[in-house]
Amino acid sequence: MSELKSQDAIESDNILQVRNLAVEFHTETGRTKALQGVSFDVPRGQVTAIIGESGSGKSVTASAIMRLIQPPGRVTAGSIDFAPSGSEPYDVLALVDKDSRLEQLRGDHISMVFQEPMTALAPVYTVGNQVAEAILCHREVSKKVAWDEAANMLQRVGIDDLQRRMQQYPFEFSGGMRQRVVIAMALVCQPDLLICDEPTTALDVTIQAEILTLIRQLKGELNNSVLFITHDIGVVAQLADHVVVMQGGRVLEAGTVRQVLKQPMHPYSKGLMAAIPGLAPKGQRLATVASVVGATDITTAYPLTRLADGRQISLSPSQLKAFGHE
Amino acid sequence: MKTYIAKRLLGAIPTLIFISMIVFVVIQLPPGDIVTSPLDRMQSQGVELSSEAIQNLRAQYNLDQPLPLQYLSWITNFVTGDMGYSYLFNRPVNELVGERIGYTLLITLSALLFTWAVAIPAGVYSAVRQYSLGDYALTTVMLVGLATPSFLLALIVMYFGYEWFGISIGGLFSPEYRDAPWSLARAGDFLSHLWIPMVVVGLGGTASTMRILRANLLDELNKPYVITARAKGVKPLKLLVKYPLRIAINPFISTIGFLLPTLISGEAIVSIVLNLPTTGPALVQALINQDMYLAGSFLMLLTILTIVGMLISDLLLAWADPRIRYE
Ligand SMILES: Nc1ncnc2c1ncn2[C@@H]1O[C@H](COP(=O)(O)OP(=O)(O)OP(=O)(O)O)[C@@H](O)[C@H]1O
Ligand SMILES: [Mg+2]
Repeated sequence: MSELKSQDAIESDNILQVRNLAVEFHTETGRTKALQGVSFDVPRGQVTAIIGESGSGKSVTASAIMRLIQPPGRVTAGSIDFAPSGSEPYDVLALVDKDSRLEQLRGDHISMVFQEPMTALAPVYTVGNQVAEAILCHREVSKKVAWDEAANMLQRVGIDDLQRRMQQYPFEFSGGMRQRVVIAMALVCQPDLLICDEPTTALDVTIQAEILTLIRQLKGELNNSVLFITHDIGVVAQLADHVVVMQGGRVLEAGTVRQVLKQPMHPYSKGLMAAIPGLAPKGQRLATVASVVGATDITTAYPLTRLADGRQISLSPSQLKAFGHE
Repeated sequence: MKTYIAKRLLGAIPTLIFISMIVFVVIQLPPGDIVTSPLDRMQSQGVELSSEAIQNLRAQYNLDQPLPLQYLSWITNFVTGDMGYSYLFNRPVNELVGERIGYTLLITLSALLFTWAVAIPAGVYSAVRQYSLGDYALTTVMLVGLATPSFLLALIVMYFGYEWFGISIGGLFSPEYRDAPWSLARAGDFLSHLWIPMVVVGLGGTASTMRILRANLLDELNKPYVITARAKGVKPLKLLVKYPLRIAINPFISTIGFLLPTLISGEAIVSIVLNLPTTGPALVQALINQDMYLAGSFLMLLTILTIVGMLISDLLLAWADPRIRYE
């Protein structure tokens, strides 16, 4: 085991190295292998995107990193080496439940923004209480100091009228505002790694853009590493430096966005990439995801436009104009 | 908030007037009245009363007046705090109710504490360790408890109390203290008797409370907000109590208000079996014997306590759950 570790020691420019990760779920219908041999790197200070269709294991991967896999789920193999700034690297999966590093891992070193802002906050506590709690879990400070820091962070994510807003309950916030609160809660301890699990999927299109801008802006200010899970290839192109393509619980392809988007090795990635309008060679007919890999529910950057031959394509408004569509 | 409470209470007045009339009519419905049974007894003992004497007796109890007048004098007295006289117990109703409601309150509250002290830990354990051996064992025990009527449990406890400890378990006091003035020794005697009704009455609600809590908690345990809190680093025990348990317990907070009416009606059978000086047995006797002031007062108090209890439930629920408060 220790030999294996030293062989596999984490490279200094990676904050996270996932190796051969396998997760199973025992359900009434039998055993589901949710992840099999998943390996990828998260380079320090950069944005890494995980992309893949629904059920490909993106969320399970994120949960495993945070040690949030609950029965009937179980991690059956692999290692997740994590190198927080200023402390020794360690294997997240090797931590025992009582290890203080596990406490630190969750919320202090790594934090997470979830898909559903409507349900991610508890209905019976005020927004201020829930954001300040994140600080009180990890810092020896008074409630007053925690509250002030929470206010500071909430202001940075764009919430005004803090005096009043912090005393309000989550259901008094709109979806977009709640997601800002969740982001503030995740960033308030200045984690080394921020995991965003489809943070915009549940939001309106216009709000989606605002939240993405916010995440990018805060990433610039706080200089943390980001693991960004999404369905949306357009978001990958906009936001990410590295990309990991997943399907059926496996990693199909991983590398810099430039590599993967320009020269996709795998047919699935090719299909994905060909579906992005801006990347296809000019004059060539754009492939749809379905035409390459069969039916999926991958979402596209722009609403689908039906073509004459019955296929659908994702086009931006300017491209629609170029094609003479109205 | 104050206007809301005032509105609710004012709104209850027509209901109360209407119910008071029904109560009065219902008490009068069965043939005969409060003087009928003593008269029968006297006659069977060979005492002949002239019809004039009977008239006088009835006049003494206002029974010769028309019903609406009888109702009016009853209800005006009731509102001014005079609940009349119980011919059955030969005492003013006020005294009777005051003394019995105190004991009932003590038993009800201690039984509730017992229920929660057993049901909440058991329910939490069952939910957190769902499908474990302990969960199955608790579930089995609780189902047996659910199927056992309280009065049967009371009889069983009395039997074993007598067999094993040689003590007679009925009542709230040992004979030597029953009519003694309050003292430390009497209070001790009272406490040593209190645990039996507490356990018997308390166990009645334990099984259902535990099952409901288990189901509520299982619903909450994997809600996204719990995972968010865990991901944020909240320690396991604090996490359980502050998030899912806090929300799973909400429905029980509102049931506190429903306890109020049981101060009058609750656990009559168990109380009769255990010979407790509570309101339940007195209510039953008053109804059987057509002791109209006592029965009427009990029924009116029951109505008032139900209405106030519902208001308290609503207020507690709003206090516990901001989602309701802001509607
Ligand atoms: N609690 C669970 N119980 C049983 N199986 C599960 C559970 N959670 C996940 N799985 C299994 O793991 C697989 C991967 O799920 P995961 O949630 O990681 O997908 P995803 O890529 O995040 O999908 P989406 O884009 O819809 O969020 C699922 O297909 C499912 O079979
Ligand atoms: Mg997911």
